[in-house]
Amino acid sequence: MAKGPQFIIEVNHVSKQFEDGKYALNDVSLQVKKGEFVTILGPSGCGKTTLLRCIAGFQVASSGEILLKGEDVTKTPPYKRPVNTVFQKYALFPHLNVFNNVAFGLKLKKEAPETIKKKVRRALKMANLTGYEEREVDTLSGGQQQRVAIARAIVNEPEVLLLDEPLSALDLKMRHDMQIELKELHEKLGITFIYVTHDQEEALTLSDRVVVMNEGKIQQIGTPTDIYNEPQNCFVADFIGESNILSGTMIRDKRVAFCGQEFDCIDTGFGENNPVDVVIRPEDIYIWKSDGSDKSDRSDDDPEDRVPKGKFTKWYGEVQTCIFKGVHYEMRVLTPDGYEFLIQDYHEYLPGTEVGMLVRPEDIQIMKKEHYIYNYFEGEVLKNGKVRFLDAEWEVEEKQLEGFTDGDKVQVRVKFRDIDLQDYEEEGTLSGYVHFILYKGNHYHLTIRTDEGYDLYVNTDDVWDDGDRVGVVIKPKAIKIDKVERMNE
Amino acid sequence: MSKLVQIFSSRRTWAWPYVLFMLLFVVLPLILVGYYALTDINGAFTLHNFAKFFGHSEAIHTFFYSLMIAFFNTALCLLIGYPAAYIMAMEDFKTPKVMAMLFILPMWINCLLRTVATVELFNMFGLPLGEGALLFGLCYDYLPFMIYPIYNTLQKMDTSLVEAAQDLGANRWQSFWKVIVPLSMPGVYSGIVMVFMPTVSTFAIAELLTHNNIKLFGSLIQDYITTTDLLNYGAVLSLVLLVIIGVTSFFGEKDAKEEGGLV
Repeated sequence: MAKGPQFIIEVNHVSKQFEDGKYALNDVSLQVKKGEFVTILGPSGCGKTTLLRCIAGFQVASSGEILLKGEDVTKTPPYKRPVNTVFQKYALFPHLNVFNNVAFGLKLKKEAPETIKKKVRRALKMANLTGYEEREVDTLSGGQQQRVAIARAIVNEPEVLLLDEPLSALDLKMRHDMQIELKELHEKLGITFIYVTHDQEEALTLSDRVVVMNEGKIQQIGTPTDIYNEPQNCFVADFIGESNILSGTMIRDKRVAFCGQEFDCIDTGFGENNPVDVVIRPEDIYIWKSDGSDKSDRSDDDPEDRVPKGKFTKWYGEVQTCIFKGVHYEMRVLTPDGYEFLIQDYHEYLPGTEVGMLVRPEDIQIMKKEHYIYNYFEGEVLKNGKVRFLDAEWEVEEKQLEGFTDGDKVQVRVKFRDIDLQDYEEEGTLSGYVHFILYKGNHYHLTIRTDEGYDLYVNTDDVWDDGDRVGVVIKPKAIKIDKVERMNE
Repeated sequence: MSKLVQIFSSRRTWAWPYVLFMLLFVVLPLILVGYYALTDINGAFTLHNFAKFFGHSEAIHTFFYSLMIAFFNTALCLLIGYPAAYIMAMEDFKTPKVMAMLFILPMWINCLLRTVATVELFNMFGLPLGEGALLFGLCYDYLPFMIYPIYNTLQKMDTSLVEAAQDLGANRWQSFWKVIVPLSMPGVYSGIVMVFMPTVSTFAIAELLTHNNIKLFGSLIQDYITTTDLLNYGAVLSLVLLVIIGVTSFFGEKDAKEEGGLV
């Protein structure tokens, strides 16, 4: 076999900026090996479809390059690329029947009618559509149309098959069947699949590797197990599956403190006494009936001996809610310090039960905190004794302005806790909306995006919904002013 | 009382004025045309007028000439209108509304006035009136009727179909001929029907733009009908035209119905 380039697709530092200046893709890099099944996963508007369209050639990257088999195709029109796409809404030609839809690409290549017939028949067989050749496409069901779209793409024997949320229009049962079929198809064909979806379950089920995207950036690339077990940031932890995300402190290597206690863990390299985020999956927490007085390693309500023995840090709480989820029970447990944990277990513990909890060190996932305690803004001292930042004017305490004169550029810092959110946006100095919510066990960590496009981080006990409009209020005493130089040191 | 309410809230009741209108102004005239065509000047039944038409070389000649003019006008409108509609429907075309408006704008003015203005325009530039002027005038008048239905179907077309064609290896030219054109055919049919039929029966435009030198079938009918003793013959010509229009619209309709052009 001829030795080709190592990767069939290389996306190098690709950005796509739209006319309004917003980035759909922001410095995205990705390498895909031949024969891999790679899923690009993210919420709507995260740039995953744009990335796929750049690979297909329907959109041209503003900067960066895309290589197919080592060849630069960044500006190559779609019809010259050895890739085929399965579109979200199938995009079947309504004026052609099933046979002619599938044969469309082959006819353009001017293949012999006999070859076309043979190839189309084979593709339809692969897609389980034998016997549908003469049907008009608008007489087919959603699932059948999906199969035609797949057959139409694979009949051209592309090196890479791009699939843009191909199953999103199907009902749940159909979707599961098609997932299995797609996986089998991938094994049979042996070609590279790049699959775009917002469904995390689909991504974990189908792929060799998952690329998690948000806001035009790749958050993490890894195998489904990596992504699930070792999320690299809060977004990934929160987006993939359920998780308990807590603020903690890395005391030293392999030792972390959160929710008032110290735990052994297996992560290293986060320094000493550094703030971190801790992720624990709900199914990784062991739970047993205990009021906390029993200091033995296992409880008497543990006939199957499920709780691991050894020197594990345990903590206690009371079950608040318990919901049967089919395979397991999902419980919310509240600790006396006010931390809430989501726990999944095969055993049922009714609300009101006092329980003990423990987690094994390898199930504690530590993530670097991207930001903590303070928001930092660039500001400017104004003549009227106010400070301008976030495109608004704010009152500050007089003592903060000592040593500054009008027009000075300053660094403004505001604690996450000190930002107040108002129900009515007119009541705030600024208005914006709730962009991202993270529950941190005992409080919510919100990202507020202002109408001017700035992000503020807010810690609050109040419950907000994604997309809620809010007014932002910052009390004068909460605003701290520093010299710009001081921050740069 | 409640019976009255029932009567007035029924949709059927409100349809009556329209039914009456159509009886008076559509069905009755058709019956009259049929009656006059099948009778002589004294009101006696005769097929003589039909026989006269098939032996009347001038009428038949004018008839085919009108069909030809209508055919050329339709072809011209399609040739000019399709690209215009295509450009307006393109995704990156910023001002389709303005352009559509510009095409529609002349229709705000009565077509006779417009034709008179066209005549003046030709006179001003010293251009001869005649067949060329006639085609120009007809095309100018009927172009919007071609552009609009085509623009409608093109605009409604799913852009991902074009992308799918390109994805399967079609260059711009191939995706245009293999996907865009076939899918816009309903609009094209509507456009053809809406341009072709009225052109065949046109008469005032022809008179004005050719100084009465060229007679179209419409003018012929007008001539006969306004001449009292030839009224019955004029009715036959009208009927022939009606049948032709009926047949063409029947063919057009079959395809136009599906994608909802204007007809």
